[in-house]
Amino acid sequence: MDLYEYQGRDLFERHGLPVLAGGVATTPEEARAIAERLGGRVVVKAQVKVGGRGKAGGVKLTEGAEETVARATDILGMDIKGHTVHKVMITVTADVADEYYFSYLLDRANRTFLCIASVAGGMDIEQVAAETPEKVVKAPIDANTGVDAATARRIVTQAGFPAEVADQTVEIAVDLWKAFVAEDATLVEVNPLAKTAEGGLLLLDAKVSLDENAAFRHPDHEALVDQAAVDPLEQAAKEKDLNYVKLDGEVGIIGNGAGLVMSTLDVVAYAGERHGGVKPANFLDIGGGASAAVMANGLEIVLSDPAVKSVFVNVFGGITACDAVANGIVQALALLEQRGEKVTRPLVVRLDGNNAEAGRAILDGANNPLIQRVDTMDGAAERAAELAAAGV
Amino acid sequence: MAIWLTKDSKVIVQGMTGSEGSKHTRRMLAAGTDIVGGVNPRKAGTTVDFDGTELPVFASVADAMRETGANVTVIFVPPQFTKGAVIEAIDAGISLAVVITEGVPVHDTAAFWAYNVAQGERTRIIGPNCPGIVSPGASNAGIIPADITGAGRIGLVSKSGTLTYQMMYELRDIGFSTCVGIGGDPIIGTTHIDALAAFEDDPDTDAIVMIGEIGGDAEERAAEFIKANVTKPVVGYIAGFTAPPGKTMGHAGAIISGSAGTAEAKKTALEAAGVKVGKTPTETARLMREIMSAG
Repeated sequence: MDLYEYQGRDLFERHGLPVLAGGVATTPEEARAIAERLGGRVVVKAQVKVGGRGKAGGVKLTEGAEETVARATDILGMDIKGHTVHKVMITVTADVADEYYFSYLLDRANRTFLCIASVAGGMDIEQVAAETPEKVVKAPIDANTGVDAATARRIVTQAGFPAEVADQTVEIAVDLWKAFVAEDATLVEVNPLAKTAEGGLLLLDAKVSLDENAAFRHPDHEALVDQAAVDPLEQAAKEKDLNYVKLDGEVGIIGNGAGLVMSTLDVVAYAGERHGGVKPANFLDIGGGASAAVMANGLEIVLSDPAVKSVFVNVFGGITACDAVANGIVQALALLEQRGEKVTRPLVVRLDGNNAEAGRAILDGANNPLIQRVDTMDGAAERAAELAAAGV
Repeated sequence: MAIWLTKDSKVIVQGMTGSEGSKHTRRMLAAGTDIVGGVNPRKAGTTVDFDGTELPVFASVADAMRETGANVTVIFVPPQFTKGAVIEAIDAGISLAVVITEGVPVHDTAAFWAYNVAQGERTRIIGPNCPGIVSPGASNAGIIPADITGAGRIGLVSKSGTLTYQMMYELRDIGFSTCVGIGGDPIIGTTHIDALAAFEDDPDTDAIVMIGEIGGDAEERAAEFIKANVTKPVVGYIAGFTAPPGKTMGHAGAIISGSAGTAEAKKTALEAAGVKVGKTPTETARLMREIMSAG
C-alpha cells in the first residue's frame, strides 16, 4: 500500500523524525483553520500518488489565511495526470540551503534491503544515478543486523555528506531504519532530506509503501487506506475474501490461482484482437476451493460490472476437483436467481485437470443455455471474446 | 533422479496437525512421499493417524531429524509463525525447507533469508507462498497435485501454482523429472536461476520450462544466466502481458512499477538468450513438445 505524502509525514513524525509542522485539508475551510494555526508563510501541496505535481500547479506558497484558502480552492479538485486531488497538505515553510536524498527499500534481486543515499537530492534519483552514478551510494542492508550508528556512519561517509550535517544524518538514518522496520515498510524515501539555513535537517517529502501481508500486526494501517480511491467492486470483493482487480474491458474473468488468471487475461486480450478489440474486464482469483458459494460471490461481483458482456470461467482442477467446480457454477447461477439477480450474460466455462470429464458432464447435464462449455483455454478465450463482441 | 527431492527424501511437516497441514500430509502420503513425522511442541510425543499411517509428532525439527533422519521439511504454519518455523529448520541444519504459507510479511522473509545466509546456506529454502516441489513418481513435498503427470525428462520451474499444474497437464504424456514452484512473493528463497542451474546439472533432465510473471527482474537475470550457463533447451512463458501498471495481480510480487517488471521486457530478455517464449500456455507446451520430439 502506497501512502500519501501527508500520511508519510505523520508516520515520520510519530517515529520522532524531524518534519515540518502541518496538517491535511479536504476543504478550503479546513485549509483556513490549518493556515491560521500555523501562521505566516505556508506551502499548499496537492496530495496525489503521482509525480510532477509541482509542474502541474499543485504546489503553491501562500501568505496568510485568505491566500491559503484561495490556493487550496484552486488545487482541490484539480486533475494531475488522471488523479483528482481530494486533499491538500499544508505545512510551514523552511529556508532550504541544501538538498540530499535518503531511502530504504526492498531489494528483490539480492533478497534483502537496500539503502540509497546521495548528496544530490531534490531531483529524480534515477536520473542522478544515470547521469552521475558516482553521486549515488547503494548499500545492501542485512535484514537481521539492520542499521546501527556504525552502519549509518559508513553510508553517510561513503555518500560524502558534508561534515556539518554528518552526525545529524547518521541519527536520521538510524531512526528512519527503525521506522522502516517497525511499520513493516517496503519503501521509505526522503527526497529532499533538506539542510535549512539554520543548519538543521528536515525530511521535506515522504514516500512510504507498507507491506499488506504484515497487516495482522498493524491494526492501525487499515485507517491509512484511501476509501475514496478504492473501486467499489474491489471493496465488495475484498469483503468476500476475493482477490478482484477492476480493469477496462468487456470479458469478465474468473479463475483459480494468480498466475493462471493473469495468463487468462492475456489469452482473452489476444483473442479480443480478432473480435472488435474486446478486453478482459477484471482480474478475479477465487483461489483453491471453488465452492458454489465462492463461485456465486465471484459471479455476482463480475456481473455487477455493467461493462461485462460475457464471462470466462477458467479453472484448472488441481486440488479442487472439476466436478465440484461444475456443481459450484450450476448452483451459483441458481443462487443468483434466488438473490433476485437475473443472469442474462453468457458464461464460457473451461474445466481441465482433476475430474474434468465428470465436471464437463455436469455442465452438459445442467442444460442451462447460458453455460457454454469449451475444453481448451485458447478456444474458450476465443469464444468468450466473440460473445462479448456480439453483446457490445 | 531429479533435483532436490528424490524417492529417498525423508520428509517432516511443520504444522502437520493444522487443517491445511493435515490435509496435505494425507495427500503427500498418498503420492508416495516418505513422510516420517511432524513438528508441534504442544503435541510432542503423540502420534497422528493418516488412514492407517501413524506419524509421530516431535517437539522440534532437531528432534525429528535426530529420531527419523529427516532431510526435508514442509512448512504449513500460519504467517505470524512462519519466520520462527523457518529459523528453527535452519538451526536444525535440514537440507530442504519448503515454505507453503501464503501472506508472510516480507520483513520476515528477508530476516529468515539473511539468517540462512549467515549460517552458510546449509538449508535450501523454497517459497514462501509456493506450491512446493514434486518429482513425479518419487516424492512430493507441498501441495502440487501428484497425479497430473508422470515421471519424464522435462524440468519445470515456475512462480505460479495453477499455471504450473496447467503446464504439467499439457505435457503429461512426456513427463517431468522435477517441477518446482518457487512462489510469487517479492523475496523468495530459491530462484529461477537456482532451479535452472540444478536442472542443467541433472543428468535426468533434458529440457527446461520456465514460467515467470510480471514484477521484479528475476526473469531478466535468469535470461542472462541461461545465456552464460545453460546448454539444455529452455522454453519460457510469461504471464501478465495485459496487466496495467501499479496494480498487484494476486501475487504480492506481481506488480509493474514504472517501466520495470513488464512481461514484454522479460520476453525480450529471454528471447535474446535463445529461449523460445510461448504466447499462451498451450503454445509454450507445443514449443517444448517440438524440442522433445526432435531430441
